[in-house]
Amino acid sequence: MKNNKFGYLRFMLITLVILTATLSCERDLSEDAVFATNSNTGEIFTDTPVGLGSDFYFPFLGSKPTAWSVDNSEGYESSVSMRIDVPNENDPEGNYAGAIFRVEGQGRDLTGYNALTFWGKASRGVNIGELGFGLDFIEDKYQVSVSETSFGTTWKKYIIPIPDASKLIEERGLFWYSAGTQETDGFGYTFWIDDLKFENLGTLGDPRPEIYNGEDSISQAFLGNSAVLDTPRVIFNLPSGINQTVSVSSSYFDWISSEPSIVEIRDSGTIQILSGGASVITAAMAGVQAIGSVTIEVVGGFVFAPTPTRNPADVISIFSDVYDDVPVEFYNGYWQPYQTTLSDDFAINGDNILNYTNFNFVGNQFREPSIDVTENSNLHINMLIPGNVPPNLDFLISIINFDGDGVENGRQQVFFNSSDFIADTWSTLEIPITLSNKDGIGLLIYENVNGSSLSNFYLDNIYFY
Amino acid sequence: MKNNNIRIKDFKAIIIFVYVLLMSSCNTDETQTVTTFDNLIINEEFSSDGILDSNLWNIEIGDGTSQGIPGWGNDELEYYTDRTENLSVENGYLLITARQESFNGSSYTSARIQTKNKFQTQFGRFEARMRLPNGQGMWPAFWLLGDDNNGTEIWPNIGEIDIMENRGQQPTTISGTVHGPGYSGANSITKEFSFSDSRVDTEFHVYGIEWGPNYINYYVDDVLYNQIKPEDVTGEWVFNDRTFYIIINLAVGGTFGGNPNAETVFPQTMLIDYVKVYQ
Repeated sequence: MKNNKFGYLRFMLITLVILTATLSCERDLSEDAVFATNSNTGEIFTDTPVGLGSDFYFPFLGSKPTAWSVDNSEGYESSVSMRIDVPNENDPEGNYAGAIFRVEGQGRDLTGYNALTFWGKASRGVNIGELGFGLDFIEDKYQVSVSETSFGTTWKKYIIPIPDASKLIEERGLFWYSAGTQETDGFGYTFWIDDLKFENLGTLGDPRPEIYNGEDSISQAFLGNSAVLDTPRVIFNLPSGINQTVSVSSSYFDWISSEPSIVEIRDSGTIQILSGGASVITAAMAGVQAIGSVTIEVVGGFVFAPTPTRNPADVISIFSDVYDDVPVEFYNGYWQPYQTTLSDDFAINGDNILNYTNFNFVGNQFREPSIDVTENSNLHINMLIPGNVPPNLDFLISIINFDGDGVENGRQQVFFNSSDFIADTWSTLEIPITLSNKDGIGLLIYENVNGSSLSNFYLDNIYFY
Repeated sequence: MKNNNIRIKDFKAIIIFVYVLLMSSCNTDETQTVTTFDNLIINEEFSSDGILDSNLWNIEIGDGTSQGIPGWGNDELEYYTDRTENLSVENGYLLITARQESFNGSSYTSARIQTKNKFQTQFGRFEARMRLPNGQGMWPAFWLLGDDNNGTEIWPNIGEIDIMENRGQQPTTISGTVHGPGYSGANSITKEFSFSDSRVDTEFHVYGIEWGPNYINYYVDDVLYNQIKPEDVTGEWVFNDRTFYIIINLAVGGTFGGNPNAETVFPQTMLIDYVKVYQ
């Protein structure tokens, strides 16, 4: 009995030594005691939502709120997965699917991971519009997204690399998606996501951060102006050898202004023009210098909209000084009896600007002839709101198509709000044309809706491309 | 007493089970004790900044034309130079850098070094610790070529042992190959090795062979992944009767992995930490 006990203790001791020695190859969990208060769980959905709480699913405005469900008959190496039913474009409950997954309570410590991964497939081959993480509808500070991810009809693993995980000490926005029917002729489909989790992959290539499209560009700004920093991107080489471009928040980057007394960079992700001169803006991510820069030249006088650079052959212009405009009947129809909008158009150094005052709604009409934009994908408009941007701004642009008999047969409506504009700064509105009939576009209508109090604004460079 | 015994037995069983689990979770424990070569005869650690040891290495120049094999026999696109832009020794590493530039009629430059007539031997353990470049069109290689008897014998009869080749668009996969009479080019004897949780371009790895009479063992780090013997080749075994020399190069483009594309980023650098030969 005594011997037996002794042997047992010795066995335990040896076991302990062996275990300690063996465990030394596991070295990822012991060093992050600093953030021990936040869960470092990587899993989001395995065969069930993992640690998200009961209230974690927040659909995007206008999306179908019931698009997401748990499917108990499909799964990657299981029979359970997340199922997203993208609605038809004419679904009255919402014409697309999209939502964030926000963990309830404390955010997670994701500093030990380098990628969000999942297995996915779809009911048909389709590109899923946007997938990512870092949206929490609170700060949305560390957003990451990939666009147009190709889903096939069999399970495949997808990887969304984390630009710099050291920033993610308490992240609540663990996943988000947005999917529409733009490339399925308006018809819905289903896609499934399984084993959604953060991982630390050894097979991910080094990041290549880029700002301003990786180019050394020049931009002119007016004294007192402010502007939003560029949305940078990071290119990662995936284990497959494919380069994955990830769009990320500017807050992942450390930004430097070469002349801070001329151009100041603020924590909010904006730049502020303080005095005359020029300054070069560069950035680094996780210590890696980003490719690209912008030299901001502070100029006096009126700030013009960015000069269009697209090839004239690719452009159908409604209003610009760079391109030849198509015939336009009017830029303000003074529609009676309800329109109040007046025009106060002006030109500086030969650059014509449309200026609408006392605005409620106004239209640009070009129906003699109407224009065929079958070969064009976007409507481009530069818009500036002088003075201040009304907080209740709800600005609707309608693009209207007419058939051969002049009868309306398609109307696309696009909404903008105060977050799309900075006072006294030109915004570029890029509107992808989603109309199925777009061979006879003849009217653009701009409109205050829902009590929006916008009164005065400028437009320039209205063109399709 | 009996119950107590059972508990202890159970405890032992559980501990052993846990121990086995833990052991198997460490993926570098597939130890292979196959080496019989422990006499270090070449220990090139690139320890003199800016100086490549000319007693050991020859630097090859050109696009292969003067060697009679334009494109080095593989439609490669690079022009090899001895400029520091392409070949340098820094901080204990040999750096071979591929650049996109117009140079003597080629669109790319890079470097290639070898030990012909300076170090040639038969049999041994050859290994190099390297970090490879990335991107479509990158073709780094660490290989051995058989002595050609003063030019009287030709490839593939002289034999070729490719210790490591990589296609830059496959960042987790390398291959080891032999070429000989009746089994060269597309008919060579080859096997790929893939990393499950690492890459060739973010981490250093040891790529090696153990070459003895009638066998060549291929390994990466401490994983033996292939053995080639005379019965595996579809022709004469030409690795028992002559000495071989070492070649390290970074080719651009060519028949192995294709040419660079718009996404290939230049310059790209291959880092060699050391080259060792044991017998």
